[in-house]
Amino acid sequence: MVNKLDSAFFLQQQALTLRANRQQVLAGNIANADTPHYQARDFDFASALQKAVSGGGEGSLRLAVTAAGHLPGSAESVPVRMMYRQVTQASADGNSVEMDVERAQFAENAIHYEAGMTFLSGKIKTLLAALQA
Amino acid sequence: MSIFNTFHVAGSALTAQSMRLNAVASNLANADSVVSSDGKPYRAKQVVFAATPMGSAAAQGVRVAQVVEDSSPARMVYDPRNPVADEKGYVAMPNVSVVDEMTNMISASRSYQTNAEVMNTAKQLLLKTLTLGQ
Repeated sequence: MVNKLDSAFFLQQQALTLRANRQQVLAGNIANADTPHYQARDFDFASALQKAVSGGGEGSLRLAVTAAGHLPGSAESVPVRMMYRQVTQASADGNSVEMDVERAQFAENAIHYEAGMTFLSGKIKTLLAALQA
Repeated sequence: MSIFNTFHVAGSALTAQSMRLNAVASNLANADSVVSSDGKPYRAKQVVFAATPMGSAAAQGVRVAQVVEDSSPARMVYDPRNPVADEKGYVAMPNVSVVDEMTNMISASRSYQTNAEVMNTAKQLLLKTLTLGQ
């Protein structure tokens, strides 16, 4: 049963983890808007989620299983491939943060996070209703 | 919890921007200080930002790497009645550019606001996470 619950929440859990991760990356970009030579970075959410769900996060850290009793634990955070953002208007100090882009992405990511939370809440409510029926 | 890291990142930016604002305040206050503690005219101070990893490699905070003194030459003003004027009657004034400092101030305060908003958003998301399943 617990196993089933785990798999029921797995996708949303991975999505939320990645959204939280991305929030942190975008906050870093906004924080470094005035840092010379800073390159804005981000990752592709769709492909990162696909990799996380298929269990093959890039360079994911897994514990070696050498005996029958070992549990195959894996690192909590999913490693993602970070990429530098393409600039449309480069600034003279080598900083590639474009505040409008970053702010828009940040707001979008926050809304997606809230949406993920709503989906998860709904799922929990559905399961609770099934338990109480 | 990577959302907490967002607080650290935005917090580091708030600290850095407030240091920049401090430097601007110091420069503007001393825009006419012909003698500073070392006996020479005051020199404009500028902060240098550098990215620094916070918690994880993905979270890049910001820190003030160093505070540098502007090396541009002092502004020479003709004022023979001033006691620190040289033999030709010129006084070496601080190399503070008031216009530069004002734009610097606006930029710093806007960046501060943005990062405060980032923190607010992170807080809302965390509070929403706490009510999950209710």
